[in-house]
Amino acid sequence: MNEQLQLDFDKIIKTLKIPEKEIQLKKSFLKKFIENGFPNRKQEDWKFLDISQIIKKNIGELTFFNDYSLPNKIDPSIFVDGLEHNKIIFINGRIEKIDFSYEDQSQIEINDEIGKNIKFDYENSLIDLNNAFTNKVYKILIKKNYSLKKPLIIYHSTNNKINSKNVNLSLNFELEENSCLRLIDYFSDNTDKNFVNILYNFNLKKYSILKNYKLDKFRNNNLKYSFNNIEQDDNSISETFILSAGSDYFKNEVNCNLNGEYSSAFINGVFSLKENQQHEIRSTINHLVENTKSYQLIKSVLGKNSKSAYQGRIFVDSKAQKTDGYQLSKAILLDETSEFNAKPELEIYADDVKCSHGSASGSLNENSIFYLMSRGLNYQQSKELLINGFLLDVVEKITDSEIRNLVKNIIGLKE
Amino acid sequence: MDTREKDIEKLKDYKYGFTTDIENIKAPKGLNEDVIKFISNIKKEPQWMLEFRLKAYERLKLLKEPNWQKPKYPKIDYQDLYYYSAPKSMKDKPKSLDELDPKLLETYKKLGIPLQEQARLNGIAVDAVFDSVSVATTFKGELTKHGIIFCSMSEAIQKHPELVKKYLGTVIPVTDHFFATLNSAVFTDGSFVYIPKGVKCPMELSTYFRINASQTGQFERTLIIADEGSYVSYLEGCTAPMRDENQLHAANVELIALDDAEIKYSTVQNWYPGDENGKGGIYNFVTKRGLCKGKNSKISWTQVETGSAITWKYPSCILKGDNSIGEFYSIAITNNHQKADTGTKMIHLGKNTKSKIISKGISAGFSDMTYRGLVDINSKAKNSSNYTQCDSLLMGNKCGAHTVPYIKNKNFDSNIAHEATTSKISEDQLHYCQQRGLNPEEAVGLIVNGFCKEVLQQLPMEFAVEAQKLVGISLEGSVG
Repeated sequence: MNEQLQLDFDKIIKTLKIPEKEIQLKKSFLKKFIENGFPNRKQEDWKFLDISQIIKKNIGELTFFNDYSLPNKIDPSIFVDGLEHNKIIFINGRIEKIDFSYEDQSQIEINDEIGKNIKFDYENSLIDLNNAFTNKVYKILIKKNYSLKKPLIIYHSTNNKINSKNVNLSLNFELEENSCLRLIDYFSDNTDKNFVNILYNFNLKKYSILKNYKLDKFRNNNLKYSFNNIEQDDNSISETFILSAGSDYFKNEVNCNLNGEYSSAFINGVFSLKENQQHEIRSTINHLVENTKSYQLIKSVLGKNSKSAYQGRIFVDSKAQKTDGYQLSKAILLDETSEFNAKPELEIYADDVKCSHGSASGSLNENSIFYLMSRGLNYQQSKELLINGFLLDVVEKITDSEIRNLVKNIIGLKE
Repeated sequence: MDTREKDIEKLKDYKYGFTTDIENIKAPKGLNEDVIKFISNIKKEPQWMLEFRLKAYERLKLLKEPNWQKPKYPKIDYQDLYYYSAPKSMKDKPKSLDELDPKLLETYKKLGIPLQEQARLNGIAVDAVFDSVSVATTFKGELTKHGIIFCSMSEAIQKHPELVKKYLGTVIPVTDHFFATLNSAVFTDGSFVYIPKGVKCPMELSTYFRINASQTGQFERTLIIADEGSYVSYLEGCTAPMRDENQLHAANVELIALDDAEIKYSTVQNWYPGDENGKGGIYNFVTKRGLCKGKNSKISWTQVETGSAITWKYPSCILKGDNSIGEFYSIAITNNHQKADTGTKMIHLGKNTKSKIISKGISAGFSDMTYRGLVDINSKAKNSSNYTQCDSLLMGNKCGAHTVPYIKNKNFDSNIAHEATTSKISEDQLHYCQQRGLNPEEAVGLIVNGFCKEVLQQLPMEFAVEAQKLVGISLEGSVG
């Protein structure tokens, strides 16, 4: 694989016209990735689902070359109906269009960030891979006191013109004081067996609000990895909702640093999985100062041969008194071949805190089914009704009513 | 200083910190095949036992010391330890208690276990392990009447080789992890219990462990077998003298419960925790594992962990038999610079198996406490269930409390429920108690005992009282 990596990397560098400095930077990331390789189960964070094995089994050898100098055709049929929105269209590893036509253009700045890859103090070879192969990193800045009128939808799409087996996207958002962004990640895949690697960095200044909804609903055979890093200043709020249902493999990581007082983070997730799907959410919330809050609710419905994993970590620094940190994960196993894994972790160094986690898993409650059947529903209907209610609980947590309805329609939940 | 302060001062000191001057026989320092042969030879072991040890040693050479645990410690030089140390007078084992070295008896008296009196009064059978060898087992007559075998491991190897051979290493194989394998290679003594079919052991069995000599590691091995339909309750207590150096204690405990049998294993661990600055203390790296081999069997672990510089252990249950039950009740208290990484593993293999985990962690001072546990329900373990509750209490903001549960559910018929909370003693509770005339220390003691109640209830009477006191003493000086 390493030869292929190097070969494809050199080819990409040739087609891209980028300064020497950036080439060197990319080379250093590639070198680091080659040293470490894909993460595997020996690493604690990858214990439950081993990505290197899954790539080998589902895709085989990865290839990395795409000619990023050529544009891709945009297929408007993928657009979401019935909701006015701004768009970023990402096709085959290339950002084709950035459209903020509903907004006041002077309040949004979009920069092509040359030579500024996103760096974290975090060991993760997939981030190195991303930094080495993303063709352009954009920085989107929302100016002070501006709330976007319409949500922004990022379309993640692939079509049969794709050459490589791996695409990478990296975006950097900055929300200035008192600004607000609603961001939807919308996945529509028209090709098979690609590995999609997404990296977002969010910088939330005082009183800003970020709402990020990741909607992976349509069944496809791609593998996806997404990493959100969120830095939060005083009184800022971040809300992340993950619908994890479409891809063969999807791992969502959210790393949230609550650096400012009275900041809060919410992470809610739904796994709805069937044949051979393996999905994971891993969240890390770092409470670093006083008076911060975090809430997490993750629910899974697992069908035949499917597997979900939730690793949630709440870290409370010794300075972070008066922290509230709550975490709850629940799973319904529908088949004898389904599997649920959880590792809800608390690491606490301050004493005046309220932290708790809970995890429950099991089959559908027979008594509830009996109750519904005695009211005239058949077995299948009763089951569906119970699952509906189980998942609705999480979807109701979405604070934006427009998007909540969109998500309900996508999942097919009834009230 | 008024009397109360003096009292506290006294209590703060580790009361078992004395050493006993007894002439020791030691194996040459270091770990190699010769030392293993020396140990085996001095204990007059049969060939198969030596082979067992050497096999473990071969395996050990391939293993690396694990380092994923939360409390880190300086590297242990395994060549700088004595692997065998025995009081000289034990060379020819005394036949009865009267022949014991009076100094030894004195030591045990100081520890609060006068062996002779115990034999007469309490009706608790005691096996005492001093450094590496088992010194005395009381109450033999009564036990023999029921066909119960309760003796030291070395005696069992001599007298009941068929039982030892059949069960030793079946729960913790020689190919296990680093410390377990080290123990398999160099273990010196420990207790052996066999309860025959249908016998309910009429008294509590108890072992007292004591590390006396310096630069020694204690590697005891305990094996308890409960045959069909039997019941036994086993208690274990530990102490060690105060020393500046860190001493290693790597024991293996294997429990085997056959059809309808029940084993209740209680530990009050009070090894020397080191001084206030974190100097010295015992490294308690113990492997405890129980196998519910038969149908309807039950294994229950109860532990009160107050001592040791570092506690690193996970008493586990393998629920292999259908309808078997595993339980784990734990109180772990860390103060000053103590560190603990403890919890349990419940591995459900059989149908209708049930497990329950109640863990209470209390950390104070500069200490660090981690609950780490695994609940794994296998795809064949139909209709199984687990309930886990782990609560932590923090005192001050220099200490840490962590919870790392691993939950794996591969069976759709089974239920797992896990809950964890972290909190501190509320000002309201303290205020209420003080209003009723308790001083702050007493108030904390009362609240902490309430916090631990669910676990303390599980201990046998004699131990419960001691444990309750221990909980209070361990936290002295941590309030205010």
